[in-house]
Amino acid sequence: MVKLLLENAQKEGIRFLKTYRENGGYQSLEKALKMAPDNITEEVKVSGLRGRGGAGFPTGLKWSFLAKPENTPRYLVCNADESEPGTFKDRFLMEFIPHLLIEGMIISSYALGSNRSYIYIRGEYAWIVDILRQAIEEAKQNGYLGKNILGSGFDCEIFVHPGAGAYICGEETALLESLEGKRGNPRIKPPFPAVKGLWNCPTVVNNVETIAAVVPIIKMSGAEYAKIGVGRSTGTKLISACGNINKPGVYEIDMTISVEDFIYSDEFCGGIANGKKLKACIPGGSSVPILPANLLLKTAKGETRYMNYESLSDGGFATGSMMGSGGFIVLDEDQCVVKHTYTLAHFYRHESCGQCSPCREGTGWMERILKNIETGKGKMSDIDLLWDIQSKIEGNTICPLGDAAAWPVAAAIRHFRDEFEWHVLNPEESQKRNYGLANYASPLALVS
Amino acid sequence: MSEDLFKVTIDNITIDVPPGTTILQAARKIGGDVTPPAMCYYSKLKDSGGKCRTCLVEVSKGSEKDPRPMPKLVASCRTTVMDGMEVKNITSPKAMEARKGVVEFLLINHPLDCPICDQAGECDLQDLSYGHGNEGSRFEFQKRVFEKHDLGPYIQLHMTRCILCYRCVFVADQLTEKRQHGILDRGERAEIATYISKSLEHDFIGNVIDVCPVGALTDKTFRFKNRVWFTKPVDAHRDCDKCAGLVRLWLRGDEVFRVTVRRDEWGEVINTPEGKPAWICNECRFEKKKESDWIIEGPTHINRHSVIAQGHYEGLKMPNEFLPEVIGKKPRLFLNIHDVSEVNRPGIDLSLIEGPATSDDFENPKND
Ligand SMILES: Cc1cc2nc3c(=O)[nH]c(=O)nc-3n(C[C@H](O)[C@H](O)[C@H](O)COP(=O)(O)O)c2cc1C
Ligand code: SF4
Ligand code: SF4
Ligand code: FES
Repeated sequence: MVKLLLENAQKEGIRFLKTYRENGGYQSLEKALKMAPDNITEEVKVSGLRGRGGAGFPTGLKWSFLAKPENTPRYLVCNADESEPGTFKDRFLMEFIPHLLIEGMIISSYALGSNRSYIYIRGEYAWIVDILRQAIEEAKQNGYLGKNILGSGFDCEIFVHPGAGAYICGEETALLESLEGKRGNPRIKPPFPAVKGLWNCPTVVNNVETIAAVVPIIKMSGAEYAKIGVGRSTGTKLISACGNINKPGVYEIDMTISVEDFIYSDEFCGGIANGKKLKACIPGGSSVPILPANLLLKTAKGETRYMNYESLSDGGFATGSMMGSGGFIVLDEDQCVVKHTYTLAHFYRHESCGQCSPCREGTGWMERILKNIETGKGKMSDIDLLWDIQSKIEGNTICPLGDAAAWPVAAAIRHFRDEFEWHVLNPEESQKRNYGLANYASPLALVS
Repeated sequence: MSEDLFKVTIDNITIDVPPGTTILQAARKIGGDVTPPAMCYYSKLKDSGGKCRTCLVEVSKGSEKDPRPMPKLVASCRTTVMDGMEVKNITSPKAMEARKGVVEFLLINHPLDCPICDQAGECDLQDLSYGHGNEGSRFEFQKRVFEKHDLGPYIQLHMTRCILCYRCVFVADQLTEKRQHGILDRGERAEIATYISKSLEHDFIGNVIDVCPVGALTDKTFRFKNRVWFTKPVDAHRDCDKCAGLVRLWLRGDEVFRVTVRRDEWGEVINTPEGKPAWICNECRFEKKKESDWIIEGPTHINRHSVIAQGHYEGLKMPNEFLPEVIGKKPRLFLNIHDVSEVNRPGIDLSLIEGPATSDDFENPKND
């Protein structure tokens, strides 16, 4: 399988500039600086690269939206807040091959005309802050950063800014507020960051992996990059796999592999741990809908499901899910979906910024109801109430955290309603054992 | 119509507004029931709005150029109109359902202590729940409570009632040089606070009381002294070197119980003749509590639907009725209230009745 990002990640000493360069590092930058900035944007457009932070928005398009008023600085901000439960791919990339991100940052800054660019990183990654700062220092000493980079006339500085431990600061406008030194409340859009972002200047916010992917795109050309993968899922994607699998870890895939192969092949997850059976999976980070095994491996139409944007969302939310940020969480037959949903609800209640009423109040309400059901104090009507609450949060909030809190609850009830009902009807037994696999892995009846 | 104006249709009523107008402002121009309720937006505070989500509406047609509907409900207070836009507020079941949800969310942790709350009678949350809420509550858990805090000699913060509209934060940002309070913590534990108990000190900080839509920030010089509907509002002014001195006095007999800004029909502070918001200073608000401090202009005009109108006020305002235009035909009355109730007889002008109205006034109307 092709590897564009992590090819050299395990090489001894790759964290340092010397080894990184010996392995082809900074060649893309040299090439890029000889190109016109707009042509780089064009290459990224042609590559079909989609944002790796969760929403999957086409990166080239995002870059071309950047407003370019006279005498106003523009900014590139790298989103390294990575706080979505189940997602730890950016961490791997930054920790092992930091220069890939730095090189991508310099190329992207050149393309966008940003002379001061920022990496906003989650505060808990304290040691990675040091790794990145060291890489920046090395790049500076070698003329890749600072004034007149490699004689191109382009100046660029990169700053690493650690956050203070809030998931919401990964939402791009909350991130910008936080970077400005304010409370990390998401902004009300419009205006969008491309017009008014950091300090009211046009800004592009991109995920770590998105920016790193610009390096191979420049190296091999956008058209070559676009040949990898399938449909609108071009290039490679990092997946952080965790849960009840034999080989948790960060994998780089081209998006043609089926979900089944990804879970069971020895190259990737290596199958379900302890010889258990697959019950359910959240394929794209805690915010995306959970799917039972049968819908995960095959779509409602009975077709094989693949690890790419289109296939994972096939069937919409009724029978599909999302690629999201690539946090692949696997649940085996011993896991309780009610408990799992309660854990997520707890997370979102804790991480809501509290600005808008549906999310501030609704997340806490859902958590309390789920706690009741989980601890055997639930009522049958609670399930419908939960459904109603999530439907009144979804789509009605300032930022997508409201949706992210609603979707897991909705999907759990949609696909595992009988497990919730069993919890309510068997309050004592549900404290002693789990509902098990039930029929969640049974082959689906074919839809005509 | 002039080329410079945008045509926007809200609940089947069309109006022309200048570009840059928000849907909510356009709806306010129409008035009546088609105007979405607003709990956090305050036109005279920059950047306010977008938070409470009570003003959500459905945009069924984006504009003449791009007629696609907007995929989600939008906050009408922060969405500007486009030419040819079509908006549904009370005609959108989706918007009404969402609003019901928002009202419920705002109430689940609200103490509902209206009987002992100074804001009762002029509380936006009361009006909102009456207009858009459900009768019961489905919330079966312990509500969130906070300690009460004195923010200096004049203002008390009763955080349990707060709906986190951020209006008081914007007042401090925009009316004072340095904000001394803000939001601490996040999510459902977010609270208005001064960090280390401090008093709010600034000549204009008293205005936070007037912008607060609920009883979270109250006037300590008025606390528990009277119910607002027993006091009679009159408009008054004085020469003040700090503010325009345009106020509303709340009287009982000739005793001044409370001094507030003058509010318009949307509950917002009025403008001075020079066109600036007539915020008032702490001296006018807290220290001028004698009728002789003021030149009284006359009784305040009160909306007929307000509980404050229950007494004997002159010049009651009749709100516009839009139903025929909204539904495109004359509504058929199942029951004409005037046929069965004495109280609503149109011939009786409540403002001409001396003192609180009694059944006698309706049985033997003097002015029928
Ligand atoms: C609550 C919330 C948290 C988010 N956290 C992250 C994050 O940790 N990292 C990230 O790259 N994007 C995160 N996003 C998505 C960003 O808002 C934004 O879409 C992304 O950084 C854009 O980059 P991309 O186009 O390269 O994906 C989050 C979004 C929300 C609503
Ligand atoms: S949806 Fe939640 S996190 Fe996002 S702005 Fe509203 S309260 Fe804050
Ligand atoms: S105290 Fe009042 S004005 Fe301030 S945020 Fe709370 S409800 Fe709004
Ligand atoms: S008034 Fe529009 S969101 Fe609060």
